Amino acid sequence: MSSTSTDHMDAPSDGIMRAADGTPLKKSLARALRREKLRSFLLILPLLAFIILSFLMPIADMLFRSVENGIVKETIPQTVALLKTWDPTTGEAPGEEVFAAFHEDFVKAYKDKSHTRLGLRLNYDEPGMSGLFRKTGRKVAKMEPPYKDAFIKVDKDWGKVETWAVIKRASPVLTDGYFLSALDAKRTSNGIEMLPEKERIYLFLFKRTMILSIVITVSCLLLGYPIAYLLANLPLRTSNMLMILVLLPFWTSLLVRTSAWKVLLQQQGVINDFLVWIGVIDDANRLIMINNQTGTIIAMTHILLPFMILPLFSVMKTISPSYVRAAKSLGANDWTAFWRVYFPQSVPGIGAGAILVFILSIGYYITPELVGGTSGIFISNRIAYHISTSLNWGLAAALGTILLALVMLLFYVYDKIVGIDNVKLG
Amino acid sequence: MKLKLMLLATVAGVAFAAPAVTEELPPCDNCSDSMTIVSWGGAYSKSQLKAYHEPYQALTGITIVNDESSNEAVAKLRAMNEANNITWDLVDVEGPDAVRLCDEGLAMPINADELLAPAPDGTPASEDFGDSLISDCFIPQIVFSTTFGYRTDVAAWNGKVPTSVCDVFDLENFPGKRALEKRPKKNIEWALLCDGVAKADLYDVMATDEGIDRALAKLDTIKSDVIWWSAGADTPQLLADGEIVMGSTYNGRLFSVIEEQHQPVAMLWDYQVFDFDGWIIPAGLPEDRLNRVKHYLRFATDTQRLADQAKYISYGPARASSAPLVGKHAELGIEMAPHMPTDPANMKNILVNNIDWWADYSDDVDAKFQAWLAK
Repeated sequence: MSSTSTDHMDAPSDGIMRAADGTPLKKSLARALRREKLRSFLLILPLLAFIILSFLMPIADMLFRSVENGIVKETIPQTVALLKTWDPTTGEAPGEEVFAAFHEDFVKAYKDKSHTRLGLRLNYDEPGMSGLFRKTGRKVAKMEPPYKDAFIKVDKDWGKVETWAVIKRASPVLTDGYFLSALDAKRTSNGIEMLPEKERIYLFLFKRTMILSIVITVSCLLLGYPIAYLLANLPLRTSNMLMILVLLPFWTSLLVRTSAWKVLLQQQGVINDFLVWIGVIDDANRLIMINNQTGTIIAMTHILLPFMILPLFSVMKTISPSYVRAAKSLGANDWTAFWRVYFPQSVPGIGAGAILVFILSIGYYITPELVGGTSGIFISNRIAYHISTSLNWGLAAALGTILLALVMLLFYVYDKIVGIDNVKLG
Repeated sequence: MKLKLMLLATVAGVAFAAPAVTEELPPCDNCSDSMTIVSWGGAYSKSQLKAYHEPYQALTGITIVNDESSNEAVAKLRAMNEANNITWDLVDVEGPDAVRLCDEGLAMPINADELLAPAPDGTPASEDFGDSLISDCFIPQIVFSTTFGYRTDVAAWNGKVPTSVCDVFDLENFPGKRALEKRPKKNIEWALLCDGVAKADLYDVMATDEGIDRALAKLDTIKSDVIWWSAGADTPQLLADGEIVMGSTYNGRLFSVIEEQHQPVAMLWDYQVFDFDGWIIPAGLPEDRLNRVKHYLRFATDTQRLADQAKYISYGPARASSAPLVGKHAELGIEMAPHMPTDPANMKNILVNNIDWWADYSDDVDAKFQAWLAK
């Protein structure tokens, strides 16, 4: 011990603080911290790896699909190269040289069955391409030169400029086609055009999703605020009992709750039966409350209500009752005390609940699918359709990317107006 | 008591059949001893279990794992293929999905005559299955149809009964809500037929923008009275609840509403739309699993087995040679033949799902249809 202190004494006094072993203190502290950091990094590593592998990478992969278009170039490389010099505005189909290259590519593609996959891809741009490729595939092995005539003999569409223009337009390895479709537009030989009015659907659905989600968020707030207030201000024993009533539906399966709403709301359902029985409405004019927007709003408000109540409750719990008491003792009436003193303190809870409910509801699809009919479905229903039924994953990815961008934009706007640090979950 | 007798009868039946069949069932070399079969669940899976899986398991002693994911089979197979990890051995899909999977290279092409057993009289499988072999990858099991059911107790109809599919579009004589599928397929065809398009011109008319507009205009006349369904169980439920007076769904679903649940519902077979349902083998199975699948398929798609399935569900066997063997329902004891979509009395007017046409046009028509629906 004493020798160490002697060492210290002997150390050159260059003004640098040193640790016991003589290394500068700064350095040794940094080393200790580095070890600390490394250890904590190792502790979170499993979670980080899990999130990257199971969450971020699939999302990135899915987003990339919205522009990815390697299939055309991979399946018919020589044709794509030759088509670069072909100009569709001449009004002439490509020459024999392109057809010969196309035949070679096609035979190769037919062997590994990728010609039909290409057909499906091109069918997104022009209906009929899928059938054309399937039909041609059956005959391609037996074709003899000149190939142009041979192809046209299989189907006269091969002689049309438009067919080749579609292939040429679809050749680049990255495409904006899915995003254009997702915005109800289309790339034609005259450039980008909007679809005819009556065929536009996605912009309309984005708008509807936003509006309905806002309506659902507002109705959750209107219903949830008084309940949260009640829960926060009752004695603990009573409020715990009532809390169970909030949590019980929260724990119940989504499908069960949605089906229960069907039973309640349908025209021959419990509510209509009751109203007819007490004579409010007559039997011939039963209310239509399901398979429309009303159904979606009612069922989703019920399902998402706990997500509003819980953050509100936990924020209200922290508001000291003495503030309101103080306001009243200074002469405020009940309303002023609530509005000027209590309410502003509960805003962080409203922010958290509203964001939670809104973001959950714009991504919902099961409930709208089951009770929304046609006027109550969301954009997510179309995304689900393209993922699982039409298998147009590129379009689904583009729609999903736009939805994600919209949410981020709204988040940004919210941050600018209310401030994101003004959100509290408890 | 009844159930016990029936069980005994089934056991006896299997025991009786077993020695006779073992002679025909060749040994399976280099075969895996379990397989995962994907199907639709519910009454349909049960019919396969009784008619195919249980007898096969009794004969071979292997394990069959049932997965009820046919609904999302196409998307899942594509995902499995991308991940290079095929966990399914045999998948039950509808005809259009089989064509799609074959086009995507996700299903294995087969040679029907090589893979499947000939009919008892020696007719090769390709002839016995005939038109139901709609794709190079498809191994048909059943014919099912989409048709209308209506309630028989609607007071507002004054005793009239719908006899034609066009009565669906007749709100004057047959008022009330009707259920239609939330997809363009079949609805477009019915609408055009009832708008005066001849059956022969149907798909030519549908290939034009005007044709689709015309069909949507016809559907507009009843749009405010339609509840759109997306699951096959919706229409039977809505019919039973009295929410609708008529609606389209699969004929087997209507059979169970009428014969098993005894609801006041009847079938309108006019212009039923035929579809096939069957197996596909996922592409890229390892050899031992593929051998097992082939061995199973030869057994499960033979004439007797396909006829057996009709004892449990009212879908017609895809083999011509199975039709005469269709008997009584195993539990209800009623003759199944008149409930088959393929029964001549039910087949006066039919459509066959035009899979090739829809493969080309479904994306386009669907977008138009959904845009129409949403507004």
